[in-house]
Amino acid sequence: DDGLKKALTGAELVVIPAGVPRKPGMTRDDLFNTNAGIVRDLAKACAETCPEAKLLIISNPVNSTVPIATEVFKKANVYDAKRIFGVTSLDLVRASRFVGEKTGSVGEVPVVGGHAGVTIIPLFSQVPDLQLSDAERDALTHRVQFGGDEVVKAKDGAGSATLSMAYAGARFADSLLRAAAGEDVLEWAFVRTDLFKKEGLEFFSTYVKLDKNGVKEVLPLPSNISAYEQELVQKAIPELKKSEAKGVSFVAGN
Amino acid sequence: MVAVAVLGAAGGIGQPLSLLLKLNANVTKLHLYDIVNVPGVGADISHIATNAEVKSFLGAGQLAQAVSGIDLAIIPAGVPRKPGMTRDDLFKINAGIVKTLVEAIADNSPRAFIAVISNPVNSTVPIAAEVLKAKGVFDPQRLFGVTTLDVVRASRFVRDLRPSADAAALRVPVIGGHSGNTIVPLLSLASTPVDLSAEETKELTHRIQFGGDEVVKAKDGAGSATLSMAYAGARFADSLMRAIKGETVVEPAFISLAADTEGAQEIRQLGAGDLEFFAVPVELGPTGVKRIAPLGGEPSEFERAAIGVAVGALATNIATGVNFVQNA
Repeated sequence: DDGLKKALTGAELVVIPAGVPRKPGMTRDDLFNTNAGIVRDLAKACAETCPEAKLLIISNPVNSTVPIATEVFKKANVYDAKRIFGVTSLDLVRASRFVGEKTGSVGEVPVVGGHAGVTIIPLFSQVPDLQLSDAERDALTHRVQFGGDEVVKAKDGAGSATLSMAYAGARFADSLLRAAAGEDVLEWAFVRTDLFKKEGLEFFSTYVKLDKNGVKEVLPLPSNISAYEQELVQKAIPELKKSEAKGVSFVAGN
Repeated sequence: MVAVAVLGAAGGIGQPLSLLLKLNANVTKLHLYDIVNVPGVGADISHIATNAEVKSFLGAGQLAQAVSGIDLAIIPAGVPRKPGMTRDDLFKINAGIVKTLVEAIADNSPRAFIAVISNPVNSTVPIAAEVLKAKGVFDPQRLFGVTTLDVVRASRFVRDLRPSADAAALRVPVIGGHSGNTIVPLLSLASTPVDLSAEETKELTHRIQFGGDEVVKAKDGAGSATLSMAYAGARFADSLMRAIKGETVVEPAFISLAADTEGAQEIRQLGAGDLEFFAVPVELGPTGVKRIAPLGGEPSEFERAAIGVAVGALATNIATGVNFVQNA
């Protein structure tokens, strides 16, 4: 019934949660084979029908599906790096929540890197007045990195995070809508950036200023992140490269 | 502030409803109860960075804990309609569920406000009332059947017909009950006047009355309204919570008219007669029903006729609920 084309006609924002969820024991990468094709096909339709829309990709593994959507848009000659986002907001929400449970407040905790396991890098150093012992920092970092697994396990086969992810996706979409309406918005999202070009990386989740065109400016990581956090970044890079390459070659070969 | 329990939290309505309540800054404690899947739902929602503390309770053995120390219990539990089913078809299953849940609330948090979503509301609210009466804790000002969705649909469907109307701002009083022709929208008394022909009034009224069927049909076996119902339930809960904090808020609800015998006169004279329960616009306050809000005008002839039809069906539905408990 041409439903996809009709749905995309005139769209300014396209949010993509489509795909299968994890079962206990699975990593986000285990979803690749199914979800890569889904995202590729949806991205193709967007490239054809609404090439100027902003894409908000939730489908996992985000570290690969964002490169997939990018390659599709490049092939169709409609790529603009300002308009494709991997949604990492749930990691931000979790980090704030887990710190809040410890300290009683729910301030914002920046989270950078990527959206899977050790590529998720919460920057507790950036939260004013937050004192954590090394053990607390390690435990909190691990909990944020594997927050998704916590829910997959609790759902015991019934799926992965849906409600908190919906909230996070809506929150990010809201940021883009407010930016489109003229507000100055600072967010965090998985985007195309040259920040780690010399390490061979094309995508990284970092501080992003938004405007009506999408990405207004990609900001580097704060210069005062801790040594621990610097190490997390270093550990994340090879994982991110692998996922990126997997996504890129999927499109090249399919 | 407010401790809320969602009974049926892992279901189609319960999940999005629990999400919306977690986002409500008035909620300090959120108890999620169901007979399956609730630990996963709780873990999921607990990750959202708002202040409400989430606790999950699984199975009948944990029901008492789930409803202890709560100010508000919202009950979406039960099975949904499938195409061809009426709300009354659900009755036997959902009646038993509501009875058990309200018994637990009566035993553990007798002063809690109770908002019933489980259909058929026209019968499940009387069931709840009978249970509470039997336990000597019935307070007609604290028991509500949630009819918000009918009011929400009314606003939306008017806007579908008149695109210049503001769906969020328009308020259409809806009285009577919460199923089919017991739903009586008073389009002539909308907050901003809507100019409708007789034909349009008839069509809109029908659409509002059978809005639920529209969704059951579109879902084609996959259930009934969940998302819009979650929104409506959350909106009602929010109104109640604001009222508990001291704000005066008007919301529609299916209540025992004993909550405001004086205020009930208007609706009794318009056709409710001596029915015990009726959906009316309610002014909410810290004790629940503060008073029944006046309709703000005379219903039209068409609407008076609709009230007549509604009253007949409602009398039967209420009796069915009352008898279920009395014969149990």
